Amino acid sequence: MYLPAVFAGKAIVSAIAVKSLYKIFGSRPAEAVRRLKGGAPRAEALAGLPATTAAVIDASLEVRPGEIFVVMGLSGSGKSTLIRMLNGLLRPTSGSVEVDGVDLGTLKPAALRRLRREKISMVFQHFALLPHRTVLENAGYALEIAGLPRAERRERAMEAIRMVGLDGWEDKLPQDLSGGMRQRVGLARALAAGTDILLMDEAFSALDPLIRREIQDQLLELQAELGKTIVFITHDLNEAMRLGDRIAVMRDGRIVQIGTAEEILTDPANDYVERFVADVDRTRILTASSVMEKPHSVVDVNAGPRVAARALRETQTSVVYVTGGQQRFLGTVTEDEVSRALRAGRQSLDGHVRTDHVRTVRHDTAVADLFGECAESVHPVAVLDDRDRLAGVIPRITLLSALGSLTGETDRPDDDAPPSLVDEAGPDLPAAPSAMDLGVAGAPMADLARVTTEVRGEPVAPTREKEETA
Amino acid sequence: MSTTAAPLDGVLPRLPLGEWTERAVEWATSTLGPAFDGIATVVDTLVEPLNNLLTGAPAVVVVLVFAALGLWLRGWKFALGAAVGLGLVAGMPYWAETMSTLAQVLVASALSLLLAVPLGVFVAENRRASQLARPVLDLMQTLPAFVYLIPAIFFFGIGTVPGVLATVVFSMPPGVRLTELGLRQVDRELVQAGEAFGASPWKILLRTKLPLALPTIMTGVNQVIMLALSMVVIAGMVGAGGLGDVIMFALAQVEVGSGFEGGIAVVVLAVVLDRLTDSIGGRFPAARAQRAMQQQS
Repeated sequence: MYLPAVFAGKAIVSAIAVKSLYKIFGSRPAEAVRRLKGGAPRAEALAGLPATTAAVIDASLEVRPGEIFVVMGLSGSGKSTLIRMLNGLLRPTSGSVEVDGVDLGTLKPAALRRLRREKISMVFQHFALLPHRTVLENAGYALEIAGLPRAERRERAMEAIRMVGLDGWEDKLPQDLSGGMRQRVGLARALAAGTDILLMDEAFSALDPLIRREIQDQLLELQAELGKTIVFITHDLNEAMRLGDRIAVMRDGRIVQIGTAEEILTDPANDYVERFVADVDRTRILTASSVMEKPHSVVDVNAGPRVAARALRETQTSVVYVTGGQQRFLGTVTEDEVSRALRAGRQSLDGHVRTDHVRTVRHDTAVADLFGECAESVHPVAVLDDRDRLAGVIPRITLLSALGSLTGETDRPDDDAPPSLVDEAGPDLPAAPSAMDLGVAGAPMADLARVTTEVRGEPVAPTREKEETA
Repeated sequence: MSTTAAPLDGVLPRLPLGEWTERAVEWATSTLGPAFDGIATVVDTLVEPLNNLLTGAPAVVVVLVFAALGLWLRGWKFALGAAVGLGLVAGMPYWAETMSTLAQVLVASALSLLLAVPLGVFVAENRRASQLARPVLDLMQTLPAFVYLIPAIFFFGIGTVPGVLATVVFSMPPGVRLTELGLRQVDRELVQAGEAFGASPWKILLRTKLPLALPTIMTGVNQVIMLALSMVVIAGMVGAGGLGDVIMFALAQVEVGSGFEGGIAVVVLAVVLDRLTDSIGGRFPAARAQRAMQQQS
C-alpha cells in the first residue's frame, strides 16, 4: 500500500508540503492570524473580532508520495477548508502549500488551473456529477476540460470506468445509479484525469455503511495497484483507521496529532484524541506486533540440541522456536524431538524442526484476523517481520487478555506495555516463564471464535451493493 | 403639478425631481437623436416583416401551426385547446390586430431577453453588480407601466416603435432576476468540481452553470413573454396598434362588446404562449435529469 523509501526511482520528496497554514474568514484576517500565532485557543484569540472565523490554524503537514493521508475531525474542525487549500480552491490567509515542490501561492490563476489539470484531482462528498451527462461523459469531464480529442477521451474514461467496475453502465445517467455507483463515477472521473494526487473530501460519508465498506475496499485495492497519493478527509474514525497510512487529527482548526492508526490508538497526543478513539474497534486496527510477546525460548538451528534443552529447562516450556540463517524463522522443536536429537548425538537441530505445530502470521496482521490462526496453532503463533525473522509470539491467553483490554473495560496488564516493533526482538534473554504454554486446550477455542465474531461486529454474509436502478 | 399646500411646505425645500427628469429627457432627445433613429429603424425592420407574415397568412394556417407546436410540446389535449381558442379568435373581427400584437410581443420579448440574459449572467458572477442591479430592477418592475410610455413618446414619437421599446424595458426584470437566480442555484460542489479539474470560469459557465440553470432561465423567458403581452396592450395608448388599440378604443367609447372580444383575444394569446414556453423549459436534458434526481430524494 504505502511504498516507502523509493518512489518512481527518486528519493522521497513530499508530494504535498503544508507549512503553518492559516485560513481566516472575516473582515480582519491579518489581525486574527497575529493573535492566533500566540497559540491561544480559537475562541479566546478571536474574542473582540466580530464575524471572524478561523477555519484552519497553524497547520503543518507533509504528504508522502504513494500514501493515503487521512485528515480526520468533526464538522467545523477545518478539514474541508484545509483540503480546499491543497488545490488552491481557497487561498490561505498565511502560510504556504507546496505541491511537488511548487508553491501554490506563487501561481497565477491560469498556472493554478494547469496544475490542477495535471497534478491534483478531487472526489466530492455529494459526488458532484453533471446530472444531464452520461457516466462516460462525466468520467471524461477532466479530459474534456484538458481539451483532449473525443476518441482519446472516450478511451481513457472507459478505462477508468472499468477500473471502478462500472462497465456496462457508461451510457446511463447519474440518476439511474445508486449512491455507491455514483461515487464510483466520481472516482473514475478523478482517476481518468491521470493525476498523481487525489483529494477525497468526505468522499464516502454520504453512503450507507455497507456500501461505504465496499467502496473503501475498492479504493484500497485500486490504491495497491495504482499507488496514488491520496489525501482523504473524513469525520469517521473507523474509516480513517481503515484507509489511512497516516492520520492527522484536527480539532478546532488545529492539527492535534499526526501518526499511524496504531500510534494514535496506543499513544494519543491528548485527552481529546484519547476520548475520540475510545470506541474504535481496535481488533481491526491493532496488529499482531502490538499484542505479541517476546519469544522466550529461541535457538539457532546450528546451536544444537544441548542449547535447546537448556532453553527448555530455563523457561520451563515444552517447545523452542528455531531460527536459521539471517535469523529466519524455521519452525519449532518439541521436548521429545530435543531428547531424540540428544540421544542421536546430533550437533544441529536440522531434521528435527517441525513446521506443522505452529502457525505464522505477519507482524502487520490485524488482531481480528489472529483468532483463527491461534485456534489452529498447537503452540503460540509465531509473528514474523518483513524479512521472515521471528519478531514475537502470541499465546492464546495473551490474545484473550488483549481482547479483553481492547474491547472491554479492563486495562491491559502492565507487563505487556507498549510493544515495540520487530528489530531488536532478537533471540536472546531467557526470562521468567510466560503464559505461553499454559496451553489453553482446543475445546474453548470454539467459544473464542464465537466471541470474536461478535466483537468484530461483522455481518455474517457480506452483502453486495444492489446493482439495480434506484 | 398641483399647487395644494403640503404640510411640510416651507420646512423642506421642494425637490424639482419632475423638472430634472424633463430636462434630462429633453437633453437626450436633442443629443442622442440619431441613435434613437437608428434604434427605431432596427425595431421597425424586425416588427414589420413578422407583422406582415402573421397578418398576411391565412388564419387557418396560423391556428394549425400553433396546434402543431402544442402537440409537439404538450400533447394532443393542449393542441386541441389551442386550436379551439385561436379558432374562436379567428372567428371574431380582430384577427389582424391579434396577429400584430403577437408580432410585437415576440419581437419585444426577443429584444428583452437579448439584454436580460447576458445582464443576468453578469450580475450572477459579480456581487457588487448584483447589489447595484437590485434596486434598479425593483424600480423597473414597480414603476406604473404607463410611465414608460412618456419618455418613449419623447424619443420615438407615437406608433409601434415606442410601444415595443417601452415593452422591452418593462418586461426585462424577470429575465435578469431569474437568470441570476438560476445561475446562483447551481450546486456549489458542481462548480467546485469544475474548478478542481482546472476548468476556466468561462468553461464552467458554459458547460456547468448555464445548462443547469436553463430550466430557471426558461421560467424567466416565460415571465418576460407574459409581461410583454400585458404591456403591449397598454402600449395601445401610444398608438402601437394591435389589440391595445381595440381595447383603448372600446374603453373610450364604452363599447362593452368589442372590449370583451379584444380581452378574450388577449387571454387566448396569453394562455397559449404561457403553456408553450413553459413546456420548452422542461424539455432540456438538464431539467429532466434534475427532476428525476429530485423525485428520488
